[in-house]
Amino acid sequence: MNNPIAQSVANLAPTGGQKFRQRVLPLIILAIIVVAIPFFGPSRTVYALLSVMGINIVFALSYNMLLGRGGLLSFGHAVYFGLGGYAAMHAMRAIEYADGGFWAGFPVFGLPIIGFAGGALAGAIIGWPSCRRAGTPFAMISLGVAELIAAAGFMFNSIFGGEEGISGDRMNGPELFGLSMGPVSDVYWFIAFWLVVGVGGMYAFTRTPLGKMSEATRDNPERVEFVGYDPQRVRYLVFIFAGAFAGMAGGMAAVYFEIFTPEAVSLLPSGFVLLMAYIGGIAYFAGPVIGAIVLTYMQSMLSDFTEAWLLYLGLLFMLIVMYAPRGLAGIIFGVTGSFSNGTFSEMIGKWLQQLAGAFLAFLGLIVLIEVSVNWSNGFGEVFEPFGLHLTFANPLTWVLIVVPLALGILILRRANRETEEVLA
Amino acid sequence: MTTPALSIHGLKKNFGPAEIIRGVDLDIAPGERHAIIGPNGAGKSTLFNLISGGYHPTSGSVKLNGQEIGGVKPYAINRMGLSRSFQVSNIFSNMTVRENVRCGVLYSMGYGYSFWRNVGNLKEVQEKTAEILNSVGLLDKASLPAALLPYADQRTLEIAITIAGGADVILLDEPTAGMSHSETERAVALIKRATEGKTLIIVEHDMGVVFGMADRISVLVYGEIIATGKPEEIRGDPRVREAYLGDEADEHAEGGAA
Repeated sequence: MNNPIAQSVANLAPTGGQKFRQRVLPLIILAIIVVAIPFFGPSRTVYALLSVMGINIVFALSYNMLLGRGGLLSFGHAVYFGLGGYAAMHAMRAIEYADGGFWAGFPVFGLPIIGFAGGALAGAIIGWPSCRRAGTPFAMISLGVAELIAAAGFMFNSIFGGEEGISGDRMNGPELFGLSMGPVSDVYWFIAFWLVVGVGGMYAFTRTPLGKMSEATRDNPERVEFVGYDPQRVRYLVFIFAGAFAGMAGGMAAVYFEIFTPEAVSLLPSGFVLLMAYIGGIAYFAGPVIGAIVLTYMQSMLSDFTEAWLLYLGLLFMLIVMYAPRGLAGIIFGVTGSFSNGTFSEMIGKWLQQLAGAFLAFLGLIVLIEVSVNWSNGFGEVFEPFGLHLTFANPLTWVLIVVPLALGILILRRANRETEEVLA
Repeated sequence: MTTPALSIHGLKKNFGPAEIIRGVDLDIAPGERHAIIGPNGAGKSTLFNLISGGYHPTSGSVKLNGQEIGGVKPYAINRMGLSRSFQVSNIFSNMTVRENVRCGVLYSMGYGYSFWRNVGNLKEVQEKTAEILNSVGLLDKASLPAALLPYADQRTLEIAITIAGGADVILLDEPTAGMSHSETERAVALIKRATEGKTLIIVEHDMGVVFGMADRISVLVYGEIIATGKPEEIRGDPRVREAYLGDEADEHAEGGAA
């Protein structure tokens, strides 16, 4: 290493230790967590929740390959999730009815591979016309494709099974790793395995020349052309990979739910995956993981507490878009980052104020929403938190709506004004 | 006679009824430093876009080392050995300086669209990147986000990305625009060093830069080249004076004499 340039190469790249901490360690921690969870003896409900989280994490990460890394806003990503899932579902039935041959020897454990292939194929076909454009035309085409496939879902019954969908039985074919795939605890290991494979695979993708050029194409497609790359080709290849990993998540879902209905390719899950990725934070690799965990939890748990949970979800999305565009991951990394650069003590006061303000404002909104929902249902049910009897006729209701809301907004405004003064 | 590095014949470009380039003929020899000057709106940027694939020519031909490139896509022209910079800094602002240059290196080193390799492990790419950063003097700023660089350094990075792919015909669009005097001097020295042995075509408004650097100069006025020649020929050409240079050239001639 007596060549000064060669020496500086070593200085440029992150050290081995940094690489390990930033790139390998998080994946190892994820693997340890998913392996450790069963030792705490979770209930069936928790197993079910975790499995759906695993599926959604892979799905949301695949979506972020387009939105966060590629700058491509898609309104139809569930198409690839659904088509991959249907491919896996048909394969599962092939295993069930196989009479020797290829499918008889195919383990159900490997079905996400079929989903991966199905999603990639769908991406390769649909991406061919749609990746010719970026920006708004791409978003519109994705919406059109989603409508098209959703409509086709109710027309081609031999593929999509009509309204009742296609169902199968995962307890067939050869067993792998001694998993019968019957109980949810067995399925949990299956999901955990593919979760780690999917997260690892998608992270590795960001480190490849194609992954890097995808980010470059997002930022500056013109410049990309003048360093020898065809931006359309970059987008197309990324699109195929995003479809493939979405299909893999679909394959995981096929095994977990043992049924796929045309709703899986509709606009609803396409919107949900956008929410997961965006609320989590599309600028970070970990963002969609956080988003998937939080939203899956809200979907299954919050919906037990209140039927208005979708309203809260919409509210959360709007607040993130307006006030924290870097998502939950942006908030988390902002706080942890302040520890390392020593600004934590300056910032904590402002953050506590914002937290208190948001909490109060939210409290007022909860009362408003819950009282409204109960009133609108017309069954005479009343929102009764802590033994209070809150109806619109009760003056206390209005106090509990207006006072926290006004107070919260005031505190938030004050906190933000102070930030501006600090910056100025 | 050797094949010209760049050979333009009867090149025309119309935007609707507007004729922007009205028949340009120009041969540039390998290794030549050629400057294109002309008043605002003469069509310099359009000419650059025609050469680098940004626009399709309406008629005429552009040949790079004897091969037709008129109407070929920019990325294909780039792979054939022509690279360009932009008038406005056109860098990947979300990436670090090192990653910016690496983007310029990757294709030329044969890593195209590969998705089975880790960029961090490509040793020759790292070395080439470091070599380029070193040659433009950005090595100490390699890990900074490109968006945080001062303006002059962003312009330097722009040049670094342009030369990174190892193209032998380099087009620079006003590389010193908006720079201070001392920054301009440094930029000129850098350009001379970085394009050593390569064919350079430069659009520039700063006459000091043009006359100090170019082997030959072409004057573009209203979409036509009215004169091509060595700096002293251009300086003395009455048509050029009349059409464009005016007082500026006089000043420069006096300055040079004194």
